[in-house]
Amino acid sequence: MFKFSWLTKKQSFPGGLKLAGHKQVTQIIEPALPKELIYPLFLAADRYAKPCVNVGDTVLKGQIIATADSLLATPIHATSSGTIVAIEKRPIAHPSGLSDSCIILQTDELDEALPTEPCIAYTEQNRDFLRHKIQQSGIVGLGGAAFPTAKKLQPSQAIHTLIINAAECEPYISCDEILMIESAPEIIQGALIIQYILQAEHCIIAIEDSKPEAYSALLSATESNQLQIKQVPSIYPTGGEKQLIQVISGVQIPVKNLPSEYGYICQNVATAYAVYQAINLGLPLTERIITLTGDGIKQNQNLRARIGTPVKDLVAACQGYTPQAEQLIMGGPMMGIALASDDIAVIKASNCLLINQVNKPISQACIRCGDCADVCPSELLPQQLYWYSHTQQWDNCSDYQLADCIECGCCDVICPSKIPLVQAFRVAKAEIQQQQKQSASAALAKKRFDNHQQRLQRIEQEKLVKQDKRKAAIEKMKAAAAKRKLS
Amino acid sequence: MLFPTQSSPFSASNNSVQAIMQQVLFALIPAILTLFYFVGYSVLMQISLAIITALIAESLCLYLRKKPILSTLADFSAVLTAVLIAIAIPSIAPWWVVVNGTLFAILIAKQVYGGLGYNPFNPAMAGYVFLLISFPLPMTLWQDASIFLSFSDAINVLFEAVAIDGLSSATVLDYTKMQLRSGESISTIQASSIFGFIGDNNKEFVSLAYLIGGLFLYLKRTIRWHIPFAVLMGVFIPASIAYAIDPNIYSSPWFHLVTGATVCAAFFIATDPVSAAASIKGRLIYGFLIGFLIFCIRTWGGYPDAVAFAVLLANISAPSIDSYLRPKTKTQ
Repeated sequence: MFKFSWLTKKQSFPGGLKLAGHKQVTQIIEPALPKELIYPLFLAADRYAKPCVNVGDTVLKGQIIATADSLLATPIHATSSGTIVAIEKRPIAHPSGLSDSCIILQTDELDEALPTEPCIAYTEQNRDFLRHKIQQSGIVGLGGAAFPTAKKLQPSQAIHTLIINAAECEPYISCDEILMIESAPEIIQGALIIQYILQAEHCIIAIEDSKPEAYSALLSATESNQLQIKQVPSIYPTGGEKQLIQVISGVQIPVKNLPSEYGYICQNVATAYAVYQAINLGLPLTERIITLTGDGIKQNQNLRARIGTPVKDLVAACQGYTPQAEQLIMGGPMMGIALASDDIAVIKASNCLLINQVNKPISQACIRCGDCADVCPSELLPQQLYWYSHTQQWDNCSDYQLADCIECGCCDVICPSKIPLVQAFRVAKAEIQQQQKQSASAALAKKRFDNHQQRLQRIEQEKLVKQDKRKAAIEKMKAAAAKRKLS
Repeated sequence: MLFPTQSSPFSASNNSVQAIMQQVLFALIPAILTLFYFVGYSVLMQISLAIITALIAESLCLYLRKKPILSTLADFSAVLTAVLIAIAIPSIAPWWVVVNGTLFAILIAKQVYGGLGYNPFNPAMAGYVFLLISFPLPMTLWQDASIFLSFSDAINVLFEAVAIDGLSSATVLDYTKMQLRSGESISTIQASSIFGFIGDNNKEFVSLAYLIGGLFLYLKRTIRWHIPFAVLMGVFIPASIAYAIDPNIYSSPWFHLVTGATVCAAFFIATDPVSAAASIKGRLIYGFLIGFLIFCIRTWGGYPDAVAFAVLLANISAPSIDSYLRPKTKTQ
């Protein structure tokens, strides 16, 4: 057999970019207890939590203050003790800068917590019970997508491989890395709990090869051989769920399908830690590690932040802003969202706050260099897509698989003409979605109208038939009467 | 504290149009120096004339189109077009030739279509073809590479139309074509003193310099290998077949590679992304088409060299190549 180097090349996903890390893995510090904690009721998409406290109530840390009625939602816990002072509209962490209903908790500085109900021997528990506990602990994917973990742990197909995503491929963010260094045994415990719930044969912790310290921490914390720790190349976006699966297994999962349909499930490493805390310690998800970084902040720091802490309190814990603080990004520089104000509170999905200078160069015309297609992890043609989306040819956009775009930002960053490609794609996607909704409702209306017409016709016909019958009956009676007369 | 909100991503790479153009210009330096070594100041004068003309023409268009002038000039695309025209034309052509060619390239082939990024044709080649058709005589007077023109001589030749004895000579492509028509065989033709190792005496080294610059661009990842490789193969493969059939009528494939503008076209002209095909398969076909057309026109056409025509013909087929060879995404 001949062996070609390009055939035996390390498994990877198409495209991607090598980005400068800018990661400063600093120790986790505890910020001071904020005076006010803010909990948006908005969870994701069109799902909301329902408040179950009233203004004036006193609550304890870990107490549920808003409930969720489905598996697609998670309850919200108070993250310190205090009084509910308002349920009102506040700006929330959302790309459109929306204001939405939030529960406002004024802390009492006592930080009293509810008693916990740990469950040490999880293998003796019913798996549904564990799922329920995870759901009631408010655990969502902490990698940024905030999808309810309990829902993800209830796949319709059998799962053979659980992948714990420790890639953390976006620049600047180091919250997962420091968590792995400081709490590797707990993470491994959490991973094993998830593996037990899923009854998965394999459990693989995937970590970028640029994090040797975290890698060795995980290695030394692993006792059993139930679990593998694999290093993956540091190419953005290797931490994308489907990209990571492809790197680990070589399986390319189509956009329309879920990884679970192929027997894979990915969970973020911080989620595994939260699962450990929820099951083994009985602690609901009330805090997370968040990286505060960038030129705009005096001291780059990893913080253990209570969910609901306003950004400004975290910034104060990092000695405040520098004059370079021109924009505030929640999440990483590639896929994060820009926040309009630092009054906004951190949510479960907030892994990083990046404060730096605005860096949006003026865009020029496309020179068709094709760099964007080279780096696209979904193997799309961003150049073509851009052309179609900014000339509003939505059909062509769909034909060129715009829906497959994961908005990772690679094309945008590499573009020599500095064209805001991702923004154009988002607009096009929204536009197409809007159109689909409209055409769906138009189709529905037409169907209703047709049905109505048919109904009217049927009634009309029935009327005619009845009339005919009546006429015929009258004729009959007349004929009978005439007969009688004759006889 | 309030902040502006923009859409992600929030970081930018160092990749820029300006950097690409600068790199290509930088990669042209070996070729320019080699040309300078053989022909003297005339080539530098052509380049300066072309650059000045291009900058003025581009500024004028940008002013009329109400576009930012200085920031657009700073993308160096006009300069690159100018340099390519200046080194493509005969170095002893009178000053108005290069000026006309550059004006046509910038005004008609580039700005009329909407400037950088919108031109369907390679502006430098459009300008070159314009010159070749409009002023055939000065476009065929090639400077003899054994005469080094001093600064004052170059000024005399370019601006005063002073004739210098033996200054112009036929290129090997020209010579071969003429001699073949009069019935000579390739082996006799190539015994002439104007031939060097394989191609043009001395000018072979210019091709080598283009190759060095081109490899630099490849190593710097400014260009991909597909187009240059395909262009060279497009020349080499049909030339090899023809040479294998009858070496007395057809020049050797190596001769085709090192003479004329083959190497320059492969690395510096066909690789212009704006007017090339976009997909990888498309680029291979686009490049091969250029090479094949170069060979065909040289061998059977009316012009001794054919790079400009070949590139323009391939330019016009690039959109079709792209639309027929659209790569499929695997997730389909």
